[in-house]
Amino acid sequence: MLHDLSIGALADLLSDRQISSVELTRHFLSRIERHNPSLNALITATGEQALLEAAAADLRLQRGERGPLLGIPLIHKDIFCTDGVRTSCGSRMLDNFVAPYDATVVERLRAAGGVMLGKANMDEFAMGSSNETSYYGPVKNPWDTSKVPGGSSGGSAAATAARLAPYATGTDTGGSIRQPAALTGVTGIKPTYGRVSRYGIIAFASSLDQAGVFARSAADAATVLQAMAGFDSRDSTSVDVPVPDYRAALEQPLKGLKIGLLAEFFAGLEARNVALIEAALAVYRSLGAETVDVSLPHLPLSVPTYYVVAPAECSSNLSRYDGVRFGYRCDSPKDLMDLYKRSRGEGFGAEVKRRIMTGTYVLSAGYFDAYYLKAQKARQLITDEFRAAFTRVDLLLGPTTPTPAFALGAKIDDPITMYLNDIYTIGANLAGLPGLSMPCGSIDGLPMGLQLIGPHFAEARVLNAAHQYQRATDWHLQAPSGYA
Amino acid sequence: MADWEVVIGLEIHAQLATRSKIFSGAATAYGASPNSQASLVDLAYPGVLPVLNAEAVRMAVKFGLAIGATVAERSVFARKNYFYPDLPKGYQISQYEHPVVQRGTLAIVLDDGTVKTVGITRAHLEEDAGKSLHEGIANASGIDLNRAGTPLLEIVSEPDLRSAKEAVAYMKKVHTLVRYLEICDGNMQEGSFRCDANVSVRPRGQTQFGTRAEIKNLNSFRFVEKAIQYEVARQIELIESGGKVVQETRLYDSDKHETRSMRSKEEANDYRYFPDPDLLPLEIDAGFIAAVRATLPELPDEKAARFAAEFGLSPYDAGVLSSSRELGAYFEAVVAAVGAVNAKLAANWVMGELSSALNRDGVEIGAAKVTPTALAGLLARILDHTISGKIAKEVFEALWIEGGDADAIIAAKGLKQITDSGEIEAIIESVIAANPKQLADYRSGNDKLFRFFVGQVMKETQGKANPAQLNDLLKQKLG
Repeated sequence: MLHDLSIGALADLLSDRQISSVELTRHFLSRIERHNPSLNALITATGEQALLEAAAADLRLQRGERGPLLGIPLIHKDIFCTDGVRTSCGSRMLDNFVAPYDATVVERLRAAGGVMLGKANMDEFAMGSSNETSYYGPVKNPWDTSKVPGGSSGGSAAATAARLAPYATGTDTGGSIRQPAALTGVTGIKPTYGRVSRYGIIAFASSLDQAGVFARSAADAATVLQAMAGFDSRDSTSVDVPVPDYRAALEQPLKGLKIGLLAEFFAGLEARNVALIEAALAVYRSLGAETVDVSLPHLPLSVPTYYVVAPAECSSNLSRYDGVRFGYRCDSPKDLMDLYKRSRGEGFGAEVKRRIMTGTYVLSAGYFDAYYLKAQKARQLITDEFRAAFTRVDLLLGPTTPTPAFALGAKIDDPITMYLNDIYTIGANLAGLPGLSMPCGSIDGLPMGLQLIGPHFAEARVLNAAHQYQRATDWHLQAPSGYA
Repeated sequence: MADWEVVIGLEIHAQLATRSKIFSGAATAYGASPNSQASLVDLAYPGVLPVLNAEAVRMAVKFGLAIGATVAERSVFARKNYFYPDLPKGYQISQYEHPVVQRGTLAIVLDDGTVKTVGITRAHLEEDAGKSLHEGIANASGIDLNRAGTPLLEIVSEPDLRSAKEAVAYMKKVHTLVRYLEICDGNMQEGSFRCDANVSVRPRGQTQFGTRAEIKNLNSFRFVEKAIQYEVARQIELIESGGKVVQETRLYDSDKHETRSMRSKEEANDYRYFPDPDLLPLEIDAGFIAAVRATLPELPDEKAARFAAEFGLSPYDAGVLSSSRELGAYFEAVVAAVGAVNAKLAANWVMGELSSALNRDGVEIGAAKVTPTALAGLLARILDHTISGKIAKEVFEALWIEGGDADAIIAAKGLKQITDSGEIEAIIESVIAANPKQLADYRSGNDKLFRFFVGQVMKETQGKANPAQLNDLLKQKLG
């Protein structure tokens, strides 16, 4: 079936004019129509616009233009601003917000000929690990609709797993690509901080936010990342480092690759999870890789550090939602203070408010040193330890999550337990490192993820190692039943 | 009554004369229709990001070099968080712990002629807020974000100033400097140059500072002086009547000439400053600094010293003539035409007639019809005795109104001085003949009547008789 084909195979079909982009787009739109009511993966479907974009792509193809993404449909996380299309960020606050411009990522994928099918559901302002904080309701995991898909990019992950699009964009601030990728059995990569422009991505925590890709293989992810990555003068934190040819690097042999195993990732890890990692390591050893034990003593501070830094930044980033210029405004405000209080009180959900309050607290006079400053120091220590580790190893390998997808509603009232879901992913965000999650087996019939973390700007190496694993295994080819 | 010492520090906000805003590409021109110069960045739309304007950095560095300050190799932009409708992001991007300019000085001349060095703690880059409009809209306030994101250099002095007059002298010096450097247009009516004053008093001899009040948003030299004077008197009276000064922010009411409490320290916002994660630390290398240094003009103090040395001017005259680049250039153009030996005459005319006419009519020096060449032409006629100084003032007025050159006006109006002794003698004789009584009184010892005869001759000649010749000839004739 068309929806099972890789991006490369679809591009070949389009290139050989065996199908048109309009046909391909109709195919995925019909899948969305069929499956989205039960999955709730999309907040907005943009079918009409998609068919126009597909027709335009067909015209480009007819004129002889070729490109690896030309005419291929995709779904954007609803955190990326899309010109003329509602960009809600999963919040009531932006339910009425139609962005007047395209994010750089959107602009680049549009230029590459991507056809946008819609905007994916997500945790409100990307704050959540289960996609249950969305104003538009939770996303269901296609492997088991009583389970969460993970978050915050839960819609993008579920849509990719359910084959509603060949790929989807996401953002990862504390694991928001890798954790849902693991829980839905797809491949997700979060590049180095600064690799992909943040311009047009609605900010959650500016020093951590980074855009990436959900796809069904590392090879497909490489193709998409190639189009997304690169310096952007509109984002001062984007880095002017040349983008290597990710696809060309995929086929490099892994002989001699030094894979680091983090002691901190395995301490207390459930036996079944350990067994999956061991099996993956066996594959890597068979491909010629070596393993090295490493330790990052300060890594266990990742979660508390993150839950100071991210709320601090979000408390400031979300101040612009004041009911004055755009977004939700309360009915008939009495005065300015009433306008602020009710617009924000009614426009934001509970988790967002919790983080704004936490962040306001840690930045307050008298608490700044004890929380924010201390967290920055811990962040620096963690970053330094990662750097030191990468003088000894080429990649770090470990689990993406402690457990498979949990039941809807199981953790939503217990924020601390929810936050611990990101225990293995947050380190890479604090240090700004590229990280990837790919399926490596299952527990209780639910997919589990294997995480690879590389040094800064080593996306090519991470994708190469993932691709070689996927050549030797077929976990990534498994589809949730009913969506094959 | 105790002897009180006044302690003042100023925070001057100079709007940098960049064409676009500090973090967006929107224009900064003054007076455009509301919100026509507000980009998505200025409106704080979701997803947009700030990008630093390099020109604003160049201007800040220029200022730093001009005050002999340290230009920080690494400075940091921070967010100052507070809610207000004219602050779209809910935070102002400023510099807090690590400003770009650190520790400079500026010399001011006090009334008694002594030179005082004022410390400048820091100067940092930040963005301006927009404006709330409370008039003209029924039951609502309007927001104009044209000014939002305009680059400001906040120049913070040490608490080194000891009187309202010193504060004004310092503010004027900074005003002169930023205009010299062409980093600020200095337009105070438009708010391009304004300040907050921190004022406290303490018994003379006490080393500890008194509690200070901060007077916000003073946008004229006169208001700075008046507001500080009022505030000092208020604080002294308060303390002497048994009260205590509280740390607070006060507003100056320029109609009533008084300051009023705006908010106390307890009511002050907790700004929750933290480094702005959207902007990397600003790193400035030696090459950049050297390139900016190469663009520095001759600074006011350097120009004043040169005027004093080259032209023999008093420190006061040299100071006045170097108070703006335009005035200095005008003066130098006049001197170039009349010669350095006549610089004092040129200085007197530029500082006297020209400056008062400029002030009187509110004309910029560049727009004056009396060009340096025209003024030099006029001075040449004084120097060659074609006209007297008194007639010259008349010619100047004509030049001021009509333009043109002095010779044409002298000829047209017949103002040429009478230097023909015979002609003057003839007039003297007719005057003496017409006033026999005054002549008799004079000769009997009433010396004061000499001035009467001078006046009569000048009246006859419409002031054109050469004064020195008239003096000599009249003495001879009166015997």
